[in-house]
Amino acid sequence: MSATVSGETAETTHAITVTLNRQERSAEVEPRLLLVHFLRGTLGLTGTHVGCDTTSCGACTVLLDGKPIKSCTFLAVQADGREVTTVEGLVRDGGLHPIQEGFKEEHGLQCGFCTPGMMLTATALLAENPNPSEEEIRWALSGNVCRCTGYQNIVKAVQWAAAKMAEEGR
Amino acid sequence: MYPGRFEYQAPTTLEEALATLDRYGDEGKVLAGGQSLLPLMKLRFASPRALVDINRVAGLDRLAEEDGELRIGALVRHRDCERSELLGGRWGVLADAAPQISDPIVRNLGTVAGSLAHADPQGDWGSALLAADARVVAASAGGRREIPLDELLLGPFTTALEPNEIITEVRVPDPGARAAGTYLKLERRVGDFATVAVAVHVSFADGTVSRAGIALTAVGPRNLRATDAEAALAGAPLDDEAIREAARLAAGAAEPRDDVRGSADYKRNVVRVFVERGLRMAARPEERGDVPRAAAAPPGRPEPSEEFAGEETAEDVMKEIREKEDQ
Repeated sequence: MSATVSGETAETTHAITVTLNRQERSAEVEPRLLLVHFLRGTLGLTGTHVGCDTTSCGACTVLLDGKPIKSCTFLAVQADGREVTTVEGLVRDGGLHPIQEGFKEEHGLQCGFCTPGMMLTATALLAENPNPSEEEIRWALSGNVCRCTGYQNIVKAVQWAAAKMAEEGR
Repeated sequence: MYPGRFEYQAPTTLEEALATLDRYGDEGKVLAGGQSLLPLMKLRFASPRALVDINRVAGLDRLAEEDGELRIGALVRHRDCERSELLGGRWGVLADAAPQISDPIVRNLGTVAGSLAHADPQGDWGSALLAADARVVAASAGGRREIPLDELLLGPFTTALEPNEIITEVRVPDPGARAAGTYLKLERRVGDFATVAVAVHVSFADGTVSRAGIALTAVGPRNLRATDAEAALAGAPLDDEAIREAARLAAGAAEPRDDVRGSADYKRNVVRVFVERGLRMAARPEERGDVPRAAAAPPGRPEPSEEFAGEETAEDVMKEIREKEDQ
C-alpha cells in the first residue's frame, strides 16, 4: 500500500489480484476506480461497454464469481481475490462459445453495443438452468437493455445456445 | 462518471468494522451491495471520506428462520430472498417483493439491510417489511439495540441510525400459523422505481384478522403504514365490505404528489385498487397467480368489479374494457 496525498483526503492505493478470464492479474488501484474502468482502461479489455453509467442498462455486465453484476457499480478494489469473466473470456480453445455462435446464427444483434452484457447474463442463466423457457430467458435478461429492439432474436439466440450446449453435453 | 476520492477499508470481522466506522464518525459510510450508494457517489450526491466495506465480514449473509422469526443478515442479497424457500407462504409479502426489486443483475448485489439503511421513499423493502412488522438490529462499537422499522424510517433518505451503527440483521416476527400477503408494484418498466406499490400482510385466527399490515411505497416522504386501514381490519372477518373500507382508508393515508410517473389522484387510486387486490389475494391465497411475473396490472379505467372473480390478469382487464366499449 502506498500513500498519496490528494486534496483533503489521504488516499492510499490498494494492491489487488483478480482472476480475470481464468488468468491472475495484479494491479495497484485507487479505491474509487470502478471495475469497468479497471477492465477497459487499466487492462485494455474494451469488450465491456459503458452504456448508461447509472446502473440501468446492463451494457457493462460482467460475471463476478459466475453471477452477473454491473461493473459500473462495483469498485475494482472489491474484486480483489475474486473471479471476473468478461466477454473476452467466453472464447474457449480459440473458438466461439455456443452463446456467441447463437447470437451470430440467430442474428441476435444489430449494433452490438448491448451484446457482451446480454451474452454474459445469458451464460450465467444457462449455467444455472440449461433448458430455460422463453419466459425464463426474458425474465433473466430483463436487466439488459437493447435499444435496437432486438429482443426477439436475442431470445432465439439464447435458445439456440441452450440446444447446442445440450447437444455437446456442456 | 466516477466517485470523489475516499479511503477504503475492508475489515474481516464485525468488531473491526464497527471500530473503523466509529473512528470516521459521520464521515464514513458502510458499503454492502453498493447498488444505491455507488450511484449516489458517482453523481457526487454523496462524498464520504471513507467507505467501510463489510462484504468480507463473515457471518452476515445468513438468511434463516429461528424461533419462528425470520432473520435476514446484513449481506443477504435481494437474489437470496428471491430464491429462498423460507419466504413463501406466510411471508408471501416478502417473497413477492424480492423479484420486483430493480432488475436481476442489481439483485445479485443489492442487500435488504442496505436498502433499509438507504431509506429511499420509493424503496420496496421498506414497505414489505413495515407490513410484516419487522425491526432491525443496529450494532455499534458501544453495543447493540433493536429498532422497529416504523421508528427507523424518518423521512427521505433519513433513518434513526447513528453514523457509527451498522444494521447487522433484520428480524421479521412470526406471523402465526395462518398468514398471507403480497406486494403489488406498478412500474413503467423493469428496473424503474415504483410509481406506486402496496404491501399487504395479514394474520388470521379463528376466521378473523388477528393482525393486518398495510404499507405504501412512493406515495409519501417515507414508506407509509396505513394505520387506520390496519386497525379497521383487525378483529373482523376479511370480507368484501371490510376489504373495500380498508382500501378506502389506505388511499386516504397516502400522500402522493404529481410527478413524471403520474398525478397524485391517479396514484391515490392505484393505492386503493392495489390494497383491494392485495387483501383479496390474502383472503384466498389458493386463487392467486404468480404475482411478480404477471406484473401487477395497472388499474383498469372502469371501476373495479364489485365481485371478486379470482385472479385478475391484464387480459381480463383488457377484455372488460373492450366489453364496455362494445356496449
